Amino acid sequence: MIFKVEDLWVKVQGHDKYILKGVDLSIGKGEVHVLMGPNGSGKSTLLKTIIGMPQYKIARGTILFMGKEINNLQPYERAKMGIGIAFQSPPRIRVKTEYLIKLITTKFRTRLLPYEEYGISHLVSRDLYNGFSGGEMKRTEMYLTILQRPKLALLDEPDSGVDVDSLALIAKGIEQLMEEGASILLVTHLGYILKYLDVVTELHVMINGKIVYSGEPEKALDLILTHGYSYFVKGGD
Amino acid sequence: MDNKELKVDFSRYDYGEKEAIEELEEIPSEYKEKAKEVGIEVDKGGGVYFQIDHNIIYQKLIERLRRKGIIIMSIGEALRRFAWAKKYYWHALSSRSDKISKIAEGYRRNGYFIYVPPRLKLDEPIQTCLFIAKQNIAQPVHNLVIVGDGAEVTLITGCTAITEEALHIGVSEFYIGNNAKLTFIMIHNWTPKVHVRPRTGVIVGKGGIFVNYYVNMRPGITLQTLPKAILHDGAKAYLTSIIKSGRKALVDVGGRIVFKGNDTRGEVITRSVVTDRSEVTMRGILETEGNVNARGHLECRGLLLSDNAKAIAIPQLEARGMRANLTHEAAIGKISEEELNYLMAKGFTEEEAVSIIVRGFLEAGVELLPENVREGVRLALDSMAKSL
Repeated sequence: MIFKVEDLWVKVQGHDKYILKGVDLSIGKGEVHVLMGPNGSGKSTLLKTIIGMPQYKIARGTILFMGKEINNLQPYERAKMGIGIAFQSPPRIRVKTEYLIKLITTKFRTRLLPYEEYGISHLVSRDLYNGFSGGEMKRTEMYLTILQRPKLALLDEPDSGVDVDSLALIAKGIEQLMEEGASILLVTHLGYILKYLDVVTELHVMINGKIVYSGEPEKALDLILTHGYSYFVKGGD
Repeated sequence: MDNKELKVDFSRYDYGEKEAIEELEEIPSEYKEKAKEVGIEVDKGGGVYFQIDHNIIYQKLIERLRRKGIIIMSIGEALRRFAWAKKYYWHALSSRSDKISKIAEGYRRNGYFIYVPPRLKLDEPIQTCLFIAKQNIAQPVHNLVIVGDGAEVTLITGCTAITEEALHIGVSEFYIGNNAKLTFIMIHNWTPKVHVRPRTGVIVGKGGIFVNYYVNMRPGITLQTLPKAILHDGAKAYLTSIIKSGRKALVDVGGRIVFKGNDTRGEVITRSVVTDRSEVTMRGILETEGNVNARGHLECRGLLLSDNAKAIAIPQLEARGMRANLTHEAAIGKISEEELNYLMAKGFTEEEAVSIIVRGFLEAGVELLPENVREGVRLALDSMAKSL
């Protein structure tokens, strides 16, 4: 097991309510796990907690990566260990995209990847996410994540708000991560991206801060598409 | 113009006895290294003027450039040799405009004179360095640059000191001919107790372009400058100031554009990273002289990195008549938590993330510079973002 979350309880700084209420999740090497669930169920919170964003406070439970507890590590330490994250809505930063790309390759001692294959050639000379379309943003975020050569890639809704062409490029990116042996935790709200992915190890459904279903992806997706998430809220069969 | 806090006791500095000229074959290597920090690479340049304190210690004008009619020499020599040069002396600026200018006139101790003949387009930059080596010295210089009609040239001036305390007064007058272009890059890097007072006046002829790019890597104790460009018909000016202030420095910078002719365009951009207990005032003035068709934009941005730092933005627009279109934007703030967290999640330490954000903030106006000088400028900006 490369990655494991045990009984994870998380609050957002300054709030009393728990967002995650006892999450358990295990991911093996090279496995692809998909996490679905309604808005506000805690999917993004889980990813941001795993990478160590400071406003997400762990009250209980552990996050294990490569056999080591990482609860108290800084985000950059987790990234250095091999966790990469593609954010759902990354902030606009007044820094040239190409400049950041070079810094990442230096930091992770990786090779530059051809921009055109990811559809970002026209974006690299611009400030990061300044006036990018939804698809451009997701493609760039995907590119930056692949550039890190992560052992575990956390992908937060790479398929939301993007056009079909972008979706295909993003799917290609995910395949590349898989080929390189990365484990993947992919959050998707509507599941569009799943049409493009051949191999999904397991699909999890999160409702109200808990994973309520884990299993074979086709079956779960079928249930979601037929009955909506309400099926899982009620407890299902 | 000086604020109360920006006052300097001018009497305590050594202005030098006479116009001493001591020329060297070679610049000492430690000075060369220091000059590199402010973008000056003496060995690479075809045209170089290097002044230490009051002495021009090195001048170089390779034959290839000399044959093209370029002149590089001290202003003293130029005024002695060329009668025509005199009409440019104290023409874009008045020697009576303030105390600084009076001192510069009274104690003129060199400065560079550069002439580029009409229609000559010079690719390689001309380099000048004003260097302070002696403690408690006053270095008043008067620089004169004349770019003939249709000519194009890039000038890099690096100013730095290796001594603690000094006063640098730099009067600069630039004359840009019709359809000519001057790209002027000035990089400053001072020691903690140096007072710096540039006074710059620029006249841009019809259809001419003036690109002014000022980087201050480290101000001394005080700095006050407001270069002024006067634009004739169809002329353009882009004035960028990139400042990183620290310690207890008091800085007052910016740019002023006077739209004198029709179809003129101008932009003044000031970016300041303000740290420690320092204080930076960013000024910009766009003004039309009469009812002219002019377009101008002003931007002042301050990034505060300390609770004890202070930033002030004073954008000023003066339009006379209905034909001007002048705009401005000003913003002062700190580094956003969201940006910091994003970069940390991408593998950067907090310190590195701050440096990346600062580096990005400093990157303004570089695209206006010729390709062959960008790398040197970016190195200066890199080093500013690293030493926070």
